[in-house]
Parts: sequence; structure tokens; C-alpha cells
Amino acid sequence: MESPDSIVLTILLFWPLVSALLVILLGSSDSFIKKLSIWASLLPLALSVYLLFAYDSDMGGMQFEQFAKWIPQLNAGYHLGVDGLSIPLIFLTTLLSTLSLYYSAGVINERVKEYFFLMHLLEFSMIGVFLALDYVLFYVFWEISLVPMYFLIGIWGGENRGYAATKFFIYTLVGSVAMLLAILGVYFATGTFDIVEAAAAQPFAGNLTLASLAFWGFFLGFAFKVPSFPFHTWLPDAHTEAPTAGSVILAGVLLKLGAYGMLRIMLPSFPEASVYWATWIVGLGAIAIVYGAFVCVAQTDLKRLIAYSSVSHMGYVMLGIGAAAAVMTPDALDGAVNRFGLTGEAIQDSAAMALNGAALQMFNHGIITGALFFLVGIIYERAHTRDLARFGGLATRTPHFYGLMLVAAFASLGLPGLAGFWAELFTFRGAFAIMPYWAAFGTIGIVITAVYILYRIIQNVFLGEYDPSKHSHWTTVQGEHADGPTDMVGFEKVTMWPLVAAMFLIGIYPTPLVSYFNQSARELLAFVQNLG
Amino acid sequence: MEGLFSVTWVVPIPPFLAFLAILLFLNKNKRGSALTAIGSALISCVLGWGIAFASFFRDHFGDHPVDEAIYAIPTGATELVIGYAVDPANALMLFMVPFLVLMIFIYSSGYMSFPHHLKAEQYPTAYAQGKDPRYSRFMAYICLFATGMLGLVVANNLLQFFVFWEVMGLCSYLLIGFWYEKASARAAAVKAFITTRIGDALLMIGLILLYVRSEPSTLRFSELFTKTNLDQLAQTLVDLPLFGEVHWISLIGVLIFCGAIGKSAQFPLHIWLPDAMEGPTPVSAMIHAATMVSAGVFLLVRMFPIYEFSGKVSGETLQFVAFIGAFTALFAATIAVAQWDIKRVLAYSTISQLGYMVAAIGMGAYVAALFHLLTHAFFKALLFLGSGSVIHGVEHGYHHAHEHAHDDHGDSHAEYIVPRADGVLDTEDAQDMRNMGGLLSRMPRTGWTFIIGGLALSGFPLFTSGFWSKDEILAFAWDGNHQWVFWTLALSAFLTAFYTMRQIGLTFLGRARTEGASHAPESVASMTTPLILISIFAIAGGWFGIPEAFPVLGGAVPNWIAHFLEPYMKYMHLYPHHPDFNFVPLAVSIVVALGGLAAGYLVYGQGLKEGQTDPVARILGPIWWMWHRKYWIDELYNGTIVLITMWLSRFLALFDREWIIDWVVNGVGRVAIRIGDLTSAFDRFVVDGFVDGVGWISDQAGHIARLLQDGRVQTYLLFGMLILAVWLFLNVLPMILTLV
Repeated sequence: MESPDSIVLTILLFWPLVSALLVILLGSSDSFIKKLSIWASLLPLALSVYLLFAYDSDMGGMQFEQFAKWIPQLNAGYHLGVDGLSIPLIFLTTLLSTLSLYYSAGVINERVKEYFFLMHLLEFSMIGVFLALDYVLFYVFWEISLVPMYFLIGIWGGENRGYAATKFFIYTLVGSVAMLLAILGVYFATGTFDIVEAAAAQPFAGNLTLASLAFWGFFLGFAFKVPSFPFHTWLPDAHTEAPTAGSVILAGVLLKLGAYGMLRIMLPSFPEASVYWATWIVGLGAIAIVYGAFVCVAQTDLKRLIAYSSVSHMGYVMLGIGAAAAVMTPDALDGAVNRFGLTGEAIQDSAAMALNGAALQMFNHGIITGALFFLVGIIYERAHTRDLARFGGLATRTPHFYGLMLVAAFASLGLPGLAGFWAELFTFRGAFAIMPYWAAFGTIGIVITAVYILYRIIQNVFLGEYDPSKHSHWTTVQGEHADGPTDMVGFEKVTMWPLVAAMFLIGIYPTPLVSYFNQSARELLAFVQNLG
Repeated sequence: MEGLFSVTWVVPIPPFLAFLAILLFLNKNKRGSALTAIGSALISCVLGWGIAFASFFRDHFGDHPVDEAIYAIPTGATELVIGYAVDPANALMLFMVPFLVLMIFIYSSGYMSFPHHLKAEQYPTAYAQGKDPRYSRFMAYICLFATGMLGLVVANNLLQFFVFWEVMGLCSYLLIGFWYEKASARAAAVKAFITTRIGDALLMIGLILLYVRSEPSTLRFSELFTKTNLDQLAQTLVDLPLFGEVHWISLIGVLIFCGAIGKSAQFPLHIWLPDAMEGPTPVSAMIHAATMVSAGVFLLVRMFPIYEFSGKVSGETLQFVAFIGAFTALFAATIAVAQWDIKRVLAYSTISQLGYMVAAIGMGAYVAALFHLLTHAFFKALLFLGSGSVIHGVEHGYHHAHEHAHDDHGDSHAEYIVPRADGVLDTEDAQDMRNMGGLLSRMPRTGWTFIIGGLALSGFPLFTSGFWSKDEILAFAWDGNHQWVFWTLALSAFLTAFYTMRQIGLTFLGRARTEGASHAPESVASMTTPLILISIFAIAGGWFGIPEAFPVLGGAVPNWIAHFLEPYMKYMHLYPHHPDFNFVPLAVSIVVALGGLAAGYLVYGQGLKEGQTDPVARILGPIWWMWHRKYWIDELYNGTIVLITMWLSRFLALFDREWIIDWVVNGVGRVAIRIGDLTSAFDRFVVDGFVDGVGWISDQAGHIARLLQDGRVQTYLLFGMLILAVWLFLNVLPMILTLV
């Protein structure tokens, strides 16, 4: 009972909160706060790596679970657990948090104590969402995550930060409230706030109307966060105004909370409604892929462009989830078997691949877009502008920056050999077997993505001759005057290399990562196929 | 022997390690990077040749190809296997690719001198060394390129094939745009990547559908091409919108073919390849001869069983393939007749020759397609490298002339531009054949090897490799009664011989027309040695495929390539077919080759006189002009697809920012304001009533109001609350009612 494994999740969860408090209590000087924050963040990172290795994939399912009574009046429990889906995402969270803290230590010099306090608080809430297996707990962490991000954008953001922060807050709040109502609905239907138990009890089974209402309640909550087209318009503003690390965490992890919720809650709890609404999810996903990509092509602000690329890339996640959702019941599976003339096993494998693709896309998008936002931050610190028209010729001036941007941009484009490709491949592989026409529509995005990556980003920023008349106000990263763009310095390289290495590693050898996701995808499919 | 086959997966690794090593450690060391790159290519070549020869000399190799797994990716209950394969088809590629790669690497080490479009004062060190400032980076890129091609060759499944295929796409992008200071190079790079990406997207759909529809679900060649699976794919139907019911195998075949259209630059996606000449010349040789463009045809060779079996249920897919191939062969040959840029002529010639191979696939000529792919790789690499040597020489010639004359080069370029009846001429352009002439005496090694390559390309009878492989395709077309294809290919063969002779005449014969040509020196040994080595293969490569039915020679020299490939074809349930010998195709083949060469010699044999316009342009007039302007295809695309894409993206961006946000959201906000005094009460009602539990929200509301006073956000807030209210009203009420 008292093996360390039994409390590892609690330590993982609360350590960032402890770190936040330590920052407040012990933060005597800025440099001490920075060091403390970076060192403190290594523990959750180490624990998440430990989870990656310690998770017993032969056994599968939820592991390292913890139960405790929490609010007995509400019947809300303290229930934590991890499985093949959440462990890689927790690793992503802790990795990006550590890198963000490390990078921020180099560039944040005002209101340092509050900043690092909020960053730890943010990590605490994100880990909480991935660990929570109780609706109340889940909801609390979900809401807490809004607050630090609101302040990060509102205080350390760009010129229009107030507008962006508010917009971010209100949009996601609308979604949250919808989700809260759905949670209450589930509670009234099943009598429990436990996510696993409630799913097993199948709330509103047999009543498609009510199940759909609850489904849409959750869907709105998650779709605002993903963000799914057409609920995405908060994202470009929030990203453009947020400080670099804020953008990284926002794109890298916060968006994933929405997709994670769909996989953890919606598909297992409402299989019938999932089947019924699957086409909508797939359709919104495919539209997001194409629409987001087209909108990117016309952007003139580098950061805004990458923000829109997130809309497009998260569309893949929706496409994969929706395709799998379409065969969440035995009847739907039979229907697909008859429609496509494939075996049930083949359809199930396709659904598993769709889920793997979605989960991989969540992870890879975190790595890749996280890296892209870091890179945008790196150039912004020097140029103090993100206007694409004012760059050009940086390839010669800043070769290191160019090289890393090339890798990240091509990974984002889905170039085989880098991480992003596998997610696209598996998503489309799954979706083509189940929703072929929407999937075919989505492939337009593959081409348009190449257009905005090459035509807008690489060509505008890097190629050509460097022309000093386009932009005169260059500084070094420390803010001293410079004659032109200067290449990346040590701490920036250290921030970037782990992400770039991950892109290569996953691109060349995706098996370990896919194994985690495949495990949980198969469990989910087995669960819904064996109900009743 | 088994031991040798088991290290096949290592073949692509040395160039990859060299790529990493150069980028990470040798970036400043030009000589070290070149040696690393060449060393890695040498290791790959030795390994590749070892494996290739081991398979050549192994009895019944075609019946026992090698196919091994390296690792697997879980996909539900099944797995996606990544591994390597050796079979007769890729053993031949393992012979050709690493050798040409090695030659090209050696050549590059000499070729990449300081480029003339850069300013010396900006790059003093590189200028002093006489090398390109990004010399090391170039070596790294071509190493990655070699990795891509070798990886593709040894792949044992279509997905892995696709992965390396795209890696090459990346490299071609990076290499075409290598001199990215030039606007034309940048544009060409983007154009190449995006155009091929269109084909690749369709290929990916085809690949995925093949993956979905195969039983068992797989992409491994050995499992895909079982008789049961192919029959099953050929017999099941899919109901497509617009096209009605088609066989799965036909649909998949066409989609995969689209990938080859993009990569092998077939009509209508051929537009990127001529522009790709903006890259340094060794790149052109790599991309346009040995590797990337042949990868498209190699894909068709790999997927040949799909096409063969699709032909059993419906001829349409094969007809489509044959049509595109034959059409492209002629179409590109006509354009090549009217080009001035020495590399562009070769680019269109490549498109045309690839059309030959594609047409061969469409007619079911597996061996002939692969054979022509191999011979073409050698002689076209030779021609490209030769043209690079010519350009290099003429550039030096200009440089030399300027040093001795006045030093005004680069101040104003306008004075060098001469409008002519046969197209605008830049009299300083080292790639324009009108600025050459008489180079055979100045650059004999380059000149004679180029002539050998040219004769092979023209299909000069009996001696050259091009004759045998091209003749095989023509014989197949005649024998299979593909009359239409036959005469199209014959006509393009005539044009091929004609424009090749034109190129030789304009470049090497007659008299020098500019100072650049009259001062051009022969290139260094690191460039000419590869030319000489490759030219041996450009001649002798054909002798391994002399058909047995050929008069006199047939049978005297065994048709080795057919003997080697045919058991493997049987292994894949394909039935090798030998065309019966017929004098008509042979005669046609000889007549068009010699006729084209003779016609070309008559017109261009003495070169052009200084200032003389192209005699053919004078005779053909507007037709020649249409060819010269490439049928205005670029203009057509720019006016349609490109324009629509840009317009759509601007429209959607506007829609996203202006309409959704300002119109819908703010509009709703305005409506809400009209409710007037009620709103604030409503606000409080919503906040207090429903979100009170989360206490901080009211603080936020105050915060928000303070932060923003532009009115916009208040409307947002209202909008948010309004949605909330509607939501509550519509959804929660009934839910609670039911629950109660």
C-alpha cells in the first residue's frame, strides 16, 4: 500500500502548487525566483518520465490510481489515475512547462514573482485536468487553468492584451458553463461524479435527446478550448498578444485539454450520441483543416499565422476523434461493415488508428507548435515586430535560427521523417476508412499547408537578400542595440533542441509513443463495443 | 551472401550520418564536408554494389527476394511494419543510384565554386577560397537527398517509400532554392514543392485507400501483391460521385499514378521541373536524372501489379497512364525544340523521356520501363553534368574577359539585354546557348562526353544504350497494337534527336559567338572524371538488354536484364511478355533517330552566326513561339489555380476577422445593448445566479470593465452572457424538467 507508486500522482499534481507557493514565500530576488522555478519544475518532469517507464502496458487501463473522499456532501471524490492516453500528455505538459520556465527566465524581467507564480499555477491546473478522474475535480482544474493564462496574457502580453485576454476568458468561460451543466446532467443521471463509474453507468443510454444535450454540453466546453471551427476566433487574438511562454503553453497544452476531454469523457460516456453526431465532429474538423490553412495563407503577422495553423492542425484531432466516434456502438460498427465491405476487425483497427492519429497529433502539435512559438518569440525579442513584410534574408544572417525554424516548419507541414507526419497519416488512414469524403476534403489542407509554410513563412522571413531598409530597429535578445538580426544565443538553443530532437525521434521511430496511445485506443473501443 | 543482404538497411545510413555530421560539426570546414560527403557516398556505393552483384549472381534470386522487418508501429490489433527489401527491381536501382550519387558528389566538390550572383565583398573568406559560401550546406543537403533516394529504393513497403519520397521532395526544395538570393530560385523552389505536393496528396490518398482496402490491411509489398489480395481489389467496386462505379484497384492505381505525375513531372504537373533548373547543376543531375524524377517511374514499377491487375478488369487505368505518358513525351519534346537555356532543354527532354517510361508502364512493358529508366539515368546524368561543365566554363570565360577588359560588370545589367525575334537574349547569360558555340575545341572532354550522352538520348542505333531501351518500348507499342502511342512516341523520338543535335550544334560546333565562349576553359578533373566514367555506362548500359529476337546480335549477347527480372515478375503473378520481332518498329526507330540527328545537323551543324536568329523559328513562326512560351501553361495556372487560392485565402481571412468578429459578434452585441437597462440587471442575474460558485468571476467582470473601455469588449461580455442565457433556456430547463 505504502509503495511510492501509490502517491506518485499526488506528488506530481501538487508539486507545481508547492513550487508556486515557494516562489511567493521564498522569492527574494528575481534571479533566485528564476533558478528556483526551473529547478522545481524538474521534479514533475522527472515524475512524468518515470510514469512513461513505469506504466505497465501489458496490464493496461488506469494505473497509479488514488481515491479519497473530498466533498462528501457533493459526492465528489479525489480520484486520480493515468493511462496510455494521459501519460504522454502529462509528459508533454511537464516538458513544455520546464522549457517555458527556462526560456522565460531569459526574457521576463518585469513582475517576475507574479509571472513565475502563475506559470507554476498553470502547470498545476493542466496536470490536474489530465489526472482527474472525478468530474468536480476535473472541472475545478479546468477552470483554474483559465486564470493564470488570463493574467499572463493581460499583464505580459502585447499592445492589445486586454482585449485578447478578455476574449479568451469569456469564450472559454461560455464553454465551461455549458460543460458544467452537462456534468450536472450526468450526475443527476448516474448519481456519481466519478468519470470512470459514470461512463460505465452510461448516462442517458437509450434516450438520444438527453444524451445529445449532455454530449453537446461537453462538446461546447471542449470545442471552445480545442478550438474547433467556428468557435476559434479567440485563439488568434490570444496567441498574438500572449507572451512567448504563454503562447507555447496555450498552443502546446491548453488546446489539448479540449481534445483530451472528448476522448476521456465524451466518447466513452455517450457512445450513441457520439455515433449520431460523429459526422458533425468530422465535418467541423475537416473544415477547420482546410479553412484554417487558407486563412493562414493571407496572414501578415507571423504569430497570428501560426495561431491559425493551430486551428488547422487541431482540425486533424477532431477529424480523428470524429471518425472513431462514428463506430462507437456495435450497431454502428455493423453498419460500417455493411457499408464498406470490410471486416469488423478492420473497421476497429481503422478507428484505433484514427484515435492514435488524433492523440499523436495532440502530442506532436504540442511539440511542433510549441517550438514554433518559441521561435517566433526569439525573433520578436530582436525585431520587436512580427510583420512578415519587414523580414527577409535571415537565412544568411541567422543560420541557426533558420535551421531550427526549417525543421519545425516542415514538421508542422507534415513532412515524413518528422513527428507531424505520423499523426496526419494515421488520422487520415482512420478517417478514410470510416468517413472517406470528409477525409478527402481534408486532404486539401495538406497542399495549402505547404503553401503557407513555404510561401509565407520561409520565403518571407528567411530567403532573399537581407535588406536593412525594411526594418531598422534590431536589438540583441538582451535589448541592446544591434545592426541587424543576431543569431540565437545559448539559452534559446537549449530551449529549442529538446523539441527539435523530439521531432526527429518521433519522426524516425514513432513506435514507443504510438504504443501508449494504441493501448488506450483499443481499451476505449473494447469498452464501448462490450457495453450492454 | 545472406549476411550481405541483411545489411541492406544500412545503405541509406552513411549519407544521413554525413548530413548530420556536416550540419553539426563541419559547417565551417568546406574540404572536410566534401570529403565526408564523398566518403559516405562511397560506402553506400560499395554496399549497394555488393548487394546488387550478390543478387545478380545468385541463382533464382527472383523467386526468393529478400524482405525483412526492422520495427513495427502498432495500429489497433495489427502492426505497420517498417523494413527493407531486396529484389531484382531494386537491386538494379542499387546498382545505378549509389554510383551516380557518388559521381555527382565528386563532381559537386569541384563545381560549387563561388557563384557569380553574390558580391565578393560580402563573403571575403569564401571568395578567397573560390568556393560557394554555403558549400558545406550544399554537401549536407545532397547527402540527405541521397539518403532519401537510397531509402526509397530499399523500402519494403509503400509507406516507407513515401516517407523517403517526401524527404527527397524537401531536399529538392532546399537545393533548387539553394541560391535563394535570386528571386527566380526562391520562386522555383516553392513551385517545385507545392506542385509535387499536389501529386503527393493524391498519392497519399491512394496509399491510404490501398492500405484500407487490402486484406490483410497492409502496405508491405510482399503482402500487397498476393494473388488473393490483387484479385480482391480488382473485383470489389466503389461508387464514386461523378464517375459512378469503378473498381477499387483502378481508383487506387490512378491516385498512385498522380503521385508519379507530380514527381516525374508529367503533364499537367510538369511545370516545376524546368524552373527547377535554378538549382546548382549537380542538383539538376541528381533530381532530373538519377534520382527524384525517376522515383516517380520507380513507384509505378513497384506498383506494377496494381496496374497489371487493373488491366484485367478494365483497361481505362492503363490507357490513362499510357495516354499521359505518350502525350507528355511529345508535348515536352516540342517545347525542348524551342528553348535556349542549355539546362532547360535537358529538363524538357527529361520530362519527355519520363513520358516514354510512363507510356511503357501503361502498355504493360515492365522490363522496358525499368530498362529505359536505368539507361536514361546514366545518359541524362551525363548530359546534365556536361551542361554544368559548359556553364562553368562559359562563366569563367566571361569572368576572364571582364578582368581583361573593363570592370563594369554588375553595375547595370540592362545593356546586355537584347530583344530578338527568337526570344530575349541576355548576352551575359552563361546558360543561353546563343552565347556559346565552338566549345568542342575549348572543352574537349566535356564536349565529347556530352556528344556521347546526346547520341544515347537520341537513340543512335546499336552503339548507345538509349537506342536499345527506346527501341524496346517502341517494339512493345507496335506489338501490343498501341498504334496511337507508337506513332506519338516515334514522332517525339524524332524531335528528341533533332533538339539534341540542335543543342550539340549550338553549344559545341561552329564558332564562339561571345567572349564567354571564346575564353571558356576546360573544367577541373574532379568534374571531367565523373563525365568520362558515366559515359562508359551511357554506351554500354544498353548491351545488357538486347532482345533475343533481334537480328544478328540477338542471342549473341544474352538479354540479361530480362532474364534477371522475369522470374521476379512471375513471382508477383505477372506474365512477362516478349514482343515478336518486327522490322517496322526497328526501322522507324532507326529512321527517326538518324533522321532527327541529320535534320538537326543540317540546320545547326555549323552553329549560328553571331546575331543570327533560329532558322526553325523563322520557318515555324507562331508555332515555334508557342513552343518557346511552353504553351502558356504557367500563365494559365497563374491566372486560375494560383489566383483562386490567393483570392480564397484573402476572402476567408477577411471573413474570419471582419465578418465573424465585427459583424456577427458585435452585431449581436448591439442588439443586446438595445435591450437597454435590462442588460446590466441581466448581467448580474446570470453571473450571480449561475456562476456564483466560482467566486472570482465577478472580480473578473470588474477587471474586464476597467481594462477595456472601447465598448467592444463590453459587447463581447454581453454576447457571452446572451449565449449563456439562450443556452440555459433551451437546454437546461427541459433537462431539469425531465429529471424532476
